[in-house]
Amino acid sequence: MGGKVVTISSGKGGVGKTTATANLGISLASLGKKVVVIDADIGLRNLDVIMGLENRIVYDLVDIVEGRSKLRQAMIKHKKFDQLFLIPAAQTRDKMAVSPDDMVQLADQLREDFDFILIDSPAGIERGFRNALAPADEVLIVTNPEVSAVRDADRIIGLIEAADKGPGKLIINRLKTELVKKGEMLSSEDVYDILGLTIIGIIPEDELVLSASNSGVPVTLNLSSKAGLAFNNVARRIVGEDVPFLNLDDSPGLLRRLLRFIEGQ
Amino acid sequence: MHDELIAIKGVNGRLLISLSPTEKWGSVTDQLASRIDEQAEFYAGAEITVELGARPVPKYELSSLKALLERRGLSLGLVRSESETTRESAIALDLKTDRASHNEAKRPRTRETDPVSPEETGTQGVLFRRTLRSGRTIHSDGHIIVFGDVNPGAKVIASGDIVVWGKLRGYAHAGAMGDESAVVCALDMSPSQLRIAGYLVTSPPGQRKGIAPEVARVRDRQIIVEARD
Repeated sequence: MGGKVVTISSGKGGVGKTTATANLGISLASLGKKVVVIDADIGLRNLDVIMGLENRIVYDLVDIVEGRSKLRQAMIKHKKFDQLFLIPAAQTRDKMAVSPDDMVQLADQLREDFDFILIDSPAGIERGFRNALAPADEVLIVTNPEVSAVRDADRIIGLIEAADKGPGKLIINRLKTELVKKGEMLSSEDVYDILGLTIIGIIPEDELVLSASNSGVPVTLNLSSKAGLAFNNVARRIVGEDVPFLNLDDSPGLLRRLLRFIEGQ
Repeated sequence: MHDELIAIKGVNGRLLISLSPTEKWGSVTDQLASRIDEQAEFYAGAEITVELGARPVPKYELSSLKALLERRGLSLGLVRSESETTRESAIALDLKTDRASHNEAKRPRTRETDPVSPEETGTQGVLFRRTLRSGRTIHSDGHIIVFGDVNPGAKVIASGDIVVWGKLRGYAHAGAMGDESAVVCALDMSPSQLRIAGYLVTSPPGQRKGIAPEVARVRDRQIIVEARD
């Protein structure tokens, strides 16, 4: 059985695609899966920074595609998980350096050795997105609970459906429960009402995500982060577990740690 | 010399134009155009019944005939023909059509009053059985039915009517070729912009009361939206 290619996409930039990719990669690896994450945002790479692997880059995606590097040589092993690898984007080239066919071939090679191949799609609907979409078995769409992000997600979902890769599943990132209660932010129900897609994760706003990204230690490794826990739950849903959604309303503290303990984290 | 190609006469307040069923289509229409142009004032504003006999007229020819008449300020009200092909073309163009018969010429009948056939002909359109997402567009020369939602950023443009069995939250333009009798129906009517022929409305901002199926149509030179009851 070959591995599964999961593309993480959004349309709009800045909604948390790369953060989601890094965290899902780590969560899946911590569940014992063999995982490779690919940064398809050629020219603007940052998945390596968020995963804390920037200083280990020798070869990149374009080097593999153009034959300057073997696949194995370009894959960077994660510091903590032996089973987690990164293929970084090139910074000196642009998206035209790779074609959708190249991505399909690369993914097919990786399927033999890995359980999951996660592809971090660039923002936009152009070549970079086409590259990331081409090999996908499943697409996760990251959106924020705000009108412009939802509109772009809708656009992307339309393109994914048109490419017969749909309908995809939804990750709602950076939800602020207090604002939803005050009616100042779209709720997850509002987002679902427009997009009509299965929601595979609701990630609460969490300051720990920012500091984690800056330090190169993704937030799912931080046991006291609610966002980290939510990302872990998404990973568990990806591997087929039936995990209830977090109650984002409760106060943080003992109860959550207890839950996490029970869940075997 | 060519007078036998076309015959024009007044019947029950309408102009009946009979075109020769055998002569070349091009010469018939050329002659028709020049006949009308000779007496433009006499014909202005008239509603025309065209009798085409047994000639099978494809849609594009019929459409050019319609355009020829419309350019001269005449409207094509009824197409009378013995040919199935011609009648299908007429239906595709949203024109009324009728079987031709010289005996019946004095007693014009439309399909609605035809007692012989219980089959309604209806008019044509397209069905789109999915949610129409942002950035997507549907055009139709007939009607459009969307079985799903029309999301913000999506566009539906029809020469005829638009029916949305779902939420209409994008852009809808019915009667896009100028038909002011066109309607837009939706289970949840909150379009970003709604047009019928040359009229336009936008949804008022703010919370709406309840969600109920509604119909939008042009009345007194503006678009009104009302509950279907």
